[in-house]
Amino acid sequence: MYNLLIGGAAGQGVDTTVTMLEKFLKKSGYFVFTVRDFMSRVREGHNFSVIRFANEKITSHSNVLDGIIALNDETIQLHKGRLKENGFILCDTIIKTDDTRAIRLNMNDMAKEIGNPRVSGSISVGVVLKLFGETLEKAEEVMKASVKEQYVKINLEAIEQGYKSVESKYEGLERREGNYENHMLISGNEALALGAIAGGLKFYSAYPMSPSTSILEYLASKSSEAGLVVEQAEDEIAAANMAIGASFAGARAMTGTSGGGFSLKVESIGLAGMAEIPVVYVNVQRPGPATGLPTRTEQSDLKFIISASQGEFPRMVIAVRDQEDAFYQTARALNMAEKYQIPVIILSDQYIADSTSTVKPFDISRITMVKATDESDIEGEYLRYRYTEDGISPRLIPGRTKHLVTADSDEHTERGWITESAETRIKMVDKRMKKLEKLYEELQEPEYIGADECEILLLGWGSTYGPIIEAVDKLNEREGSKYGALIFGDIYPLPRKRLEEMSKRASCIINVEQNATGQLAGLIRESTGISCTDSILKYDGRQITGEEIVEKIMKGGRQ
Amino acid sequence: MTTFNTYETAWCPGCGNFAILNALKTTLEELGKKPNKVLMAAGIGQAAKTPQYISANSFCGLHGRSIPAAVAAKMANKDLTVIVNTGDGDSYGEGGNHFIHNIRRNVDITHFVHDNQIYGLTKGQASPTTAIGHVTPVQTDGSHNEPINPLLLAIASGAGFVARAFSGDREHLVSVMKEAIMYPGYALVDIFQPCVSFNKINTNAYYRERVYRLDENYDSSDKMKAIQKAMEIGDSLPIGVIYKEIKPTFHEKNEVLARGESLIDIETNPEVVNKLIEEFV
Repeated sequence: MYNLLIGGAAGQGVDTTVTMLEKFLKKSGYFVFTVRDFMSRVREGHNFSVIRFANEKITSHSNVLDGIIALNDETIQLHKGRLKENGFILCDTIIKTDDTRAIRLNMNDMAKEIGNPRVSGSISVGVVLKLFGETLEKAEEVMKASVKEQYVKINLEAIEQGYKSVESKYEGLERREGNYENHMLISGNEALALGAIAGGLKFYSAYPMSPSTSILEYLASKSSEAGLVVEQAEDEIAAANMAIGASFAGARAMTGTSGGGFSLKVESIGLAGMAEIPVVYVNVQRPGPATGLPTRTEQSDLKFIISASQGEFPRMVIAVRDQEDAFYQTARALNMAEKYQIPVIILSDQYIADSTSTVKPFDISRITMVKATDESDIEGEYLRYRYTEDGISPRLIPGRTKHLVTADSDEHTERGWITESAETRIKMVDKRMKKLEKLYEELQEPEYIGADECEILLLGWGSTYGPIIEAVDKLNEREGSKYGALIFGDIYPLPRKRLEEMSKRASCIINVEQNATGQLAGLIRESTGISCTDSILKYDGRQITGEEIVEKIMKGGRQ
Repeated sequence: MTTFNTYETAWCPGCGNFAILNALKTTLEELGKKPNKVLMAAGIGQAAKTPQYISANSFCGLHGRSIPAAVAAKMANKDLTVIVNTGDGDSYGEGGNHFIHNIRRNVDITHFVHDNQIYGLTKGQASPTTAIGHVTPVQTDGSHNEPINPLLLAIASGAGFVARAFSGDREHLVSVMKEAIMYPGYALVDIFQPCVSFNKINTNAYYRERVYRLDENYDSSDKMKAIQKAMEIGDSLPIGVIYKEIKPTFHEKNEVLARGESLIDIETNPEVVNKLIEEFV
């Protein structure tokens, strides 16, 4: 397994180089996992990405580096401390460094000679490929997928020049035939957006907000092909109410944002709950409160999301755990919303959103589609909010039936007319809450990973999934098989069965969360009475790594 | 079902809303609209109860947020006749941002603002159109704030159909409503109506003394004249279609909707999804 950091100022082309390099490595059969660390600015500052690649699955990023590709001095200063002793620093000759690990090449001059100073990134890609003993067999294919047609030739020349200018340093890792070459390389936001399309999305409305914006951008770019309406709203309140209006009229609808925008959508969640209109909300979390750290990561919106909006009504919250999960869970969320006529909220975060991972091509045959009620199923008078055994009333689409369809944010009768009757009020609250009973039956239990019999049980949710997997593997290797972990995807209502069973056998329960107050631990205590014995909490805006979890546990986080 | 029925209402006797609701029913019937093809939307307020009182599809959403929901419903199903009936507080106060930005979108819906220049449901506080000096339980020494001029704001924001009517002139109101509903795009009709309980200034008699119909020679396509007419406030209040211009609608501008099919009829194509998946390999 190797780990490379590419860093520079905003606007220097870090991301272009990274995107190209990760594609090369994946096409060479490696599993590639890239995390992006960038500042909330468009010029200057310090941005970097870390590409980790291996001939096996990678679930977490790592802070130990094999190589640094430095586009400026600062990158070297900031990161050389975590570079292995036998690692390398690739930089241009204009960067002065006395580090013995440096490979200094006059890449800028070479680029000018080739004809465009901007191809220096491609030169460095060529250098890296040579260092790791790769061939240029896939160069043309990858370049065609990476840059505009008119730039393919010049960039290929740059890659070749870079390739020729160094000797191999590492032996390529052994790859079984076809290893990961035909897998996808996709970011969490792209996977989520694609999952929505696969799940029948017709309408997406949003106001741009980091780190959710690339969902809006991806869907907008595919709207024509996939037959969607994608609308940038004037604010998040409009975005949410548009999604509700579109869904009421029969279009599967989703609205995405981050915590600040979600705050503006809060009232609308109650409307979706009260009027029983299916809508999927996406909250790609970043550190709050207020503006917080716009381009960084945190899991601090859980307690806010599960109780957002006044009054009581059923809702479902799904935390996506990785890129693959983002695809399937988003499609599922649209179906769950439709089936139960409730708001379903997807919690992701910047770590999943902006990281790219290698994923087995998505299988759309795994997605089934729930549909609104058919008019022919209506017997007698149509009552939009009819009392039923499971609380789910017949939902017809206005204009597509002879019946009249109502939606009301006021408490209402079975017909959907405003009422203040105490009796109706009780029956309607009960009807709505009843939907949770059926929903509870189809909740997905948290995924268990680790030793068959575990003494020490880690608990996590959402994006700490990958780092926890890596940590549990390492701990069991090092300490003997006594570690296990439960990682929640469906998180509200909280599935309890597996947790109650596993927690009985564990002597120590540690929650690992990317927040300051242990929100999952709190929710678990409230829902089950189970208390965690210790916690690992991180809230500096940077995702925890598997290594960090191991280190914290070894240092005695496990009393 | 071809006629529009009225359900039991909870408005004060003498409320201008009755006249607007009756005119609306007549308008829809005379236009040959079917109740199951009409979607009435509103936010919150006394006027916003209108959808509850007429037999059509109805969407009674959040305060100020009816326009976003209404335009999106139209985006989803172009065959719905989407009409928003709601008040001056809902439209210009709480929903002011949506009002402006949906003029820009130009989705083919009709927006009837029941403008009684006061808050009714919350019992008599100043609305965005309340006159300076108007004393209320909150504006105890009279409202200080400049009232919004919705017509001027709409024209300035690029609206293609801007009209004013008066609940006390039924025949004229019906004709303006008809033209607004038939207009292809966002149509605003600001309708003066008395609030018999909470506005003792802008009464039925107040409006009756001041409103006058725009005459037949008025050219509603002249934007500068329209701006002048919109600024005519005070002792004479013009009613009629102040400004009209045909502009591309949202459906015409949107690449997917311009193909003509309703959004809800477009099926997800598995081949397209698989192609999008393949793009990441």
